[in-house]
Amino acid sequence: MLRFLAQQEPGELVDGLTALGRGVVYGGAAIGPGIGIGLVVGNAITAMARQPEAAGMVRTTMFLGIAFTEALALFGFVLAFILA
Amino acid sequence: MSALLGIEFPPISHLIEWPDIFFEGTPFAINKATLIYFAAVVITLAIFFIASRRAQLVPQGVQNVAESSVDFVRDGIIMQTIGPDGMRFLPFLLTMFFFILFINLFEILPFIQFPGNARMAVPFVLALLVWFIYNIVGIVKQGPLHYLKNSTIPPGVPWPMLILIVPIEFISVFIVRPFSLAVRLFANMLAGHLILVTFAVLSAALYAKNITVVILPFPFLLLIALTGFELLVAFLQAFIFTILTAVYIGTSMHPEH
Repeated sequence: MLRFLAQQEPGELVDGLTALGRGVVYGGAAIGPGIGIGLVVGNAITAMARQPEAAGMVRTTMFLGIAFTEALALFGFVLAFILA
Repeated sequence: MSALLGIEFPPISHLIEWPDIFFEGTPFAINKATLIYFAAVVITLAIFFIASRRAQLVPQGVQNVAESSVDFVRDGIIMQTIGPDGMRFLPFLLTMFFFILFINLFEILPFIQFPGNARMAVPFVLALLVWFIYNIVGIVKQGPLHYLKNSTIPPGVPWPMLILIVPIEFISVFIVRPFSLAVRLFANMLAGHLILVTFAVLSAALYAKNITVVILPFPFLLLIALTGFELLVAFLQAFIFTILTAVYIGTSMHPEH
């Protein structure tokens, strides 16, 4: 019974570890930008609430900040696909 | 054994590599992605040619659309980042914005659902072009030595820290900027495409089998919502690429003192 449950195809260990590695790469890469984008948008909301006349400029700068921080998460995403 | 409880998902190469339609085998082979690029060029040129053909003082129709978009790029992008002397980059930025926008929009068009930017070719070439442009503008405006100095040495830093800061700034200005421009556009479009394909495959698989069709509405509604989200992402990525280009050109023209 134990021998039946413990069987594996050749090469299955490498596939499993590769999938695990891909998940760890993207998961680790997504923590920082998640917090970062939350900070950027939160401060932008505060700024827009304090001075509604500046909302347009704040919104533009907010999008710029989101793009910079999101790029770091996407590097991890692309790297997860490159891993063989 | 692994497909016992899961659906077969097509391998990634089926989603992004397309067979050649014309001239296959040669370097000039044309496949679906190439046709999308050609279509984006034709549509961009067509909009502005048609808008300027019988130009009236009070714009109507296509001319109105073209003039609104020129105003958007001029007031929202160039004025905010470079200032009045960036006006000579207006045609370049406008064309690049529309080119990237139309390539991205092919992702949600029915029957052609493939974003041309999910292949690295066009983002790579555009980022290379932007790299050449902001470096050449900096060298012409400030002279090569001053351009290098102003790019790598931020003002007001004590000299012992410069040994650490100059290599970091050099890599950041000359290597990370074009690379991140290209990868940002490419990865956003690829991720959006993969999400849409995942939910579409899930909806199709649930529709085929008999008992599980009762949960079909949920992934299907989410697919519709994500398609709307991808429309926003298409606009946003074109806008971000253009405004970052304008920021880089602006810092080459006006270095912080």
